[in-house]
Amino acid sequence: MIITRPREWERIRDDLDQIGARAVFIMGCGQCATVAHTGGEEEVLRTTALLERDGRKVTGWAVGEVTCHLGGTRLDARKHADEIAASDAILVLACGAGVQTMADAVAKPVYPGLESVFLGNVVRHGVFEERCQMCGECVLDKTAGICPVTTCPKGLLNGPCGGMWDGKCEVLRDRECVHVKIRRRLAEQGRPVPGVLPPKDYSKKLKPGSVNVRESRAGGGGR
Amino acid sequence: MSRLSDALAHGEFVVTGEVAPPRGTDLSAMTATMALLGPHCHALNITDNQGASLHLSSLAASRVAREMGFEPIFQQTCRDRNRLALQSDLMAAWTLGLENVLMVTGDDPRSGDHPQAKPVFDIDSTQLLRVAAGMNEGHDMLGRPLKGGTGFFLGAAMFPEAEPWDVQLERARAKVEAGARFFQTQAIFDIDKLARAVEAMHEVGAKVIAGVLLLRSPRAIDFINERLAGLMVPDAIAQRIRRAADPVAAAVELATEQVIAMKEVADGVHIMPLGLTEAVPQILDQAGVGL
Ligand code: SF4
Ligand code: SF4
Repeated sequence: MIITRPREWERIRDDLDQIGARAVFIMGCGQCATVAHTGGEEEVLRTTALLERDGRKVTGWAVGEVTCHLGGTRLDARKHADEIAASDAILVLACGAGVQTMADAVAKPVYPGLESVFLGNVVRHGVFEERCQMCGECVLDKTAGICPVTTCPKGLLNGPCGGMWDGKCEVLRDRECVHVKIRRRLAEQGRPVPGVLPPKDYSKKLKPGSVNVRESRAGGGGR
Repeated sequence: MSRLSDALAHGEFVVTGEVAPPRGTDLSAMTATMALLGPHCHALNITDNQGASLHLSSLAASRVAREMGFEPIFQQTCRDRNRLALQSDLMAAWTLGLENVLMVTGDDPRSGDHPQAKPVFDIDSTQLLRVAAGMNEGHDMLGRPLKGGTGFFLGAAMFPEAEPWDVQLERARAKVEAGARFFQTQAIFDIDKLARAVEAMHEVGAKVIAGVLLLRSPRAIDFINERLAGLMVPDAIAQRIRRAADPVAAAVELATEQVIAMKEVADGVHIMPLGLTEAVPQILDQAGVGL
């Protein structure tokens, strides 16, 4: 899921002040931002109180089922057309994808209410860790299911670096060096050490990514 | 052919010294250090934005060393440049007459003076060795011919004291396979671990130059333990400096002992003066090494 955290309130306040927004509509997200406790109903209500404390009026709110889904978000916007029409701005408590979807769905100025930080694993309830940066050319087959691109702070494909000490990471000293971990798991599973992994092909990850499964049903396709 | 590679090939015990370029354009302190160390060393390592902190480029500073008549070891980290820039700088280095290159990963930016910087690490040090080895054969990293290649003597870093050794060993061997012909190690305090590393590298045909860090004062030891990646000064050694009436004299004595011990084991020593440059000639002289 996409991990988000609250945006500094001063930034949100300045954004809204810049266009003199007195009335605001809030859009949350029922997916990732709800699980991350940043854009569910509870957070929407808390944000309502903050806006009102700053002397703004909240014309209405919604928590979209999947706010990054253009069709669904357009539908929500139609359902709340009057409340949106009465607002000067829309504050979206969702990831950057959700904010942009909302911005495409309505004519009013749309502002981000969260910071989008990473694609996260839910380690336990409320604890998220980044394990994949979606590089487009997965090496997990060679690295015993441990991603060095993401979990080695330097993203080295071949390690450890010179700072490893006692199996611990130089940068995050309370953690095991990812490359030691990879070697250990490969050995435990009786798998061969892959040798030097070649440089990554960043053309596999050119921005902006796009995939159209209608055009590439056979698999592959898109970046 | 570089003097360093020549000396190592002839089984000479070599001495290298470490010089950091300035944070600015005033070269006087750096050239003074070079003038002190240079006459005693087979080559001088010129660091590349060391400690992930801003310094004048190693390329320019290496050229200065060369113009002063010394042989530089141009250091290249993978932290600040992508593959285009790295290859371009390697070609530049060759045209500037720099024959030795040491490839290192580089410290993470979050430990340096620009923690906001984007860490590049487009390729890692093993991959970079392979790239440079390819340039020595006259082609770029994609195998396309260059109009004029390079002839570098390629080095890599290693940390013989860091466990687990099996992982380190595999990595060092991979570096040799990628093109490394010599290693320079981080500071070594345990001669047995050094001997283990040298033996393993001789088996695959690479030379090992052992690192010696001058421990000028208790404060220097604290700095090393806290700030230098991975490195820890063993207690027994730290106490010798901490308890000494004259820490500088104790540091010189300690380093001299270390160099003498390493002479029996390694192919050379790499001196990191850490602010005690003026003592280096005396240490080398007493140990009976250096030019
Ligand atoms: S290598 Fe790592 S970043 Fe790339 S796709 Fe696999 S898990 Fe994700
Ligand atoms: S110690 Fe290991 S995990 Fe940490 S930065 Fe170095 S190679 Fe990566």
